[in-house]
Amino acid sequence: MASKYSNLTFKGYRRENGRVGVRNHVVILPVDDISNAACEAVGNNIKGTLAIPHSYGRLQFGEDLELHFRTIIGTGANPNVAAVIVIGIEPGWTQRIVDGIAKTGKPVAGFSIEQNGDLRTIEQASRKAKEFVHWATELQRGECSISELWVSTKCGESDTTTGLGSCPTVGNMYDKLIPEGIHGVFGETSEITGAEHICKERAATPEIGERWYKMWKAYQDDVIEANKVDDLSESQPTKGNIEGGLSTIEEKALGNLEKIGRTSTYIDILEPAEAPAKGPGLYFMDSSSAAAECVTLMAAGGYVVHTFPTGQGNVVGNPIVPVIKISANPRTVRTMGEHIDVDVSGILRRDMTLDTAGDALIDMIVRTANGRNTAAEALGHREFSMTKLYRSA
Amino acid sequence: MSIPQFLVHSPKDNVGVVVVEGLKAGTEMLGVVTENDTTLKLTAKHDIPIGHKVALKPLKAGDTIVKYGEDIGKMVGDAGEGDHVHVHNLKTKRW
Repeated sequence: MASKYSNLTFKGYRRENGRVGVRNHVVILPVDDISNAACEAVGNNIKGTLAIPHSYGRLQFGEDLELHFRTIIGTGANPNVAAVIVIGIEPGWTQRIVDGIAKTGKPVAGFSIEQNGDLRTIEQASRKAKEFVHWATELQRGECSISELWVSTKCGESDTTTGLGSCPTVGNMYDKLIPEGIHGVFGETSEITGAEHICKERAATPEIGERWYKMWKAYQDDVIEANKVDDLSESQPTKGNIEGGLSTIEEKALGNLEKIGRTSTYIDILEPAEAPAKGPGLYFMDSSSAAAECVTLMAAGGYVVHTFPTGQGNVVGNPIVPVIKISANPRTVRTMGEHIDVDVSGILRRDMTLDTAGDALIDMIVRTANGRNTAAEALGHREFSMTKLYRSA
Repeated sequence: MSIPQFLVHSPKDNVGVVVVEGLKAGTEMLGVVTENDTTLKLTAKHDIPIGHKVALKPLKAGDTIVKYGEDIGKMVGDAGEGDHVHVHNLKTKRW
């Protein structure tokens, strides 16, 4: 059924695999921590490229190593990325990442440091990066349907105003755009604790709800119960949450879940950094509740715009995905307004309806998709944080 | 309608959220229940920071606190109507 949102369009970059990006990055991706220096040197040599250094990639094994590969490959494969240079210490794992990204059809080239040294690697990689920049900067944006947009969400530095204003604003947006065929995703496994009974019920089918509950329970048993020293009161709610008036994890979780609105149901459960494969709709990603880790995982899953409700004022960004900040807290808007893209504090004054707030967010999503830099982009926030499941070998 | 000093999610709730800065004890507050747009009056008994909760009725240790129409924990101390409710008198039931 046609709604006033059905005809929304934006200008995006259509990639070789048919997906649509809203940014056009040429990224320099290290396979491992010890290749950061070479990547940063290439990023410095060739203007218009972006090195994405990180802390891991050596002596990981099992599921933790699989997650590492999935995150790096997913980052390179994201449609906001036009072309990729991969640099690793040795050729084996470097090639594995190059092959993973190459499945999208986009230009990707790998370089390894052993038997070359940093300097020769940097020179060769810089020459290839320069070619990629010339190529990518000639790509043009084209008109795309709103249904081709993949929009993720995760909130941070929550307080009671996020549950009253900014999270329901995201929920309102999903209630309007999921029926138009967008891909959505929410996650934050630990922060559903206290509202798990409600989250389970929001699955599209009871079977999906049961799978969700098993995943959530496994996290409780394997991570929280195995590692907690006393309770989670030192980190859930966080000090910032408590300053903002949140007293318990149940209260925090109920506010958090407002992000999925009233009508949307999730159709599948994704592993961290896993790309959705069941078509348009809302997904749950098993993910950390730490802002940078969660946004990094969702970006690796292929999402191209992130909506981030905040109460006390989380400042997180991402290297490849624009992060749109929404706040309903008038003090946060007043004291750190340079971080806020959508001010919905009118919801608290009762001079802005949720419907109006949702429309304001949709407008900002479209403008951001068209190329408007978010507050986080303008302020240079490029947090890229890999999720680590356990100690390396 | 004038700007409310506090909002309540659900008619089932026994706490509201202060949504203005610098609220002083003794303020006659206007509240709105967002689910059904009904209004209520309450006198603040404490200075309550923005975002913090206020008791809508007298609460005793052991009482369940309801917000969003859902259980968010239990009182570990008493609070009178209009009192500040937070980590000093409200705790999760989880841990």
